[in-house]
Amino acid sequence: MQIIVNGDTREVATPILAEALAELGYAGTVVATAVNETFVSATARAQTILADGDRLEILAPMQGG
Amino acid sequence: MDFYGFTPRSRLFLGTAQYPSPAVLQRAVETAGVDVVTVSLRREAGRLGGGQDFWALIRGLGVKVLPNTAGCHSVKEAVTTAQMAREVFGTPWIKLEVIGEADTLQPDVFGLVEAARILCAEGFEVFPYMTEDLVVAERLVEAGCRVLMPWGAPIGTGKGLNNPYGLRALRAHFPDIPLVVDAGIGLPSHAAAAMELGYDAVLLNTAVAKAGDPAAMAAAFARAVEAGRLAFEAGPMEPRDMAAPSTPVLGRALLG
Repeated sequence: MQIIVNGDTREVATPILAEALAELGYAGTVVATAVNETFVSATARAQTILADGDRLEILAPMQGG
Repeated sequence: MDFYGFTPRSRLFLGTAQYPSPAVLQRAVETAGVDVVTVSLRREAGRLGGGQDFWALIRGLGVKVLPNTAGCHSVKEAVTTAQMAREVFGTPWIKLEVIGEADTLQPDVFGLVEAARILCAEGFEVFPYMTEDLVVAERLVEAGCRVLMPWGAPIGTGKGLNNPYGLRALRAHFPDIPLVVDAGIGLPSHAAAAMELGYDAVLLNTAVAKAGDPAAMAAAFARAVEAGRLAFEAGPMEPRDMAAPSTPVLGRALLG
């Protein structure tokens, strides 16, 4: 299944967000997620099913003013 | 001075961006005794993305973090970013920015009020980045904001306080709301001027991060903020147009 991860097209085997994150290399990281511009909390990731073409944003802490 | 129940030791709030290195950022925060810093969220490239190390550094500083919604141009974007920031940083604090204009980075005050209303209702503790407009301030307070952060000048310009009259009026109208001058501060004297107006704190980033010696500049700002606050509390004299001798005239000798 193809999804858009932070603007790039990526292939993932699983439709479950929590598993897709691990598959994409985010296991153990401090990140926040949004699917199709809607926030998905960490606790909701195991129940969130991705569909082909979904836009996933994965954000982490960054310097800011 | 109470920012949603938190009383910082320092009235200088510092941004964490644009430093030559993480070590320099750390030195600046420690040298100035700052205990509130702003942070942000950006796309992370994976386990080796820079965000994890940065977050470890900030946690190690033991300071309070104020996440921002920098770069957001719409209410939806700002609200979603705030929701993501609350989870990642584990704080209800949010520096709410809804940018309305690319050249001046000035806030879209209509979007700001709308986003503030949504976020306050969701339990966020909102620090709105605003212009010094009194009516906007009223609306933000109605929306539930218990701190206001008017700009001094556009972000990153270092021009100081563009409208001292407007900032003074805001202070007079909201004696009980903590007010922070956010953005546009270039020199310690600008920060001192904001504090002399009775502002509760100043928030700045570029002026320290882009200084030749950021840690030394952070220390200079810390002292300026302290001096300005002391001056405000001491009750400055009223300026006047005509000269008035400071040395007593009574008892002056007749020598010529």
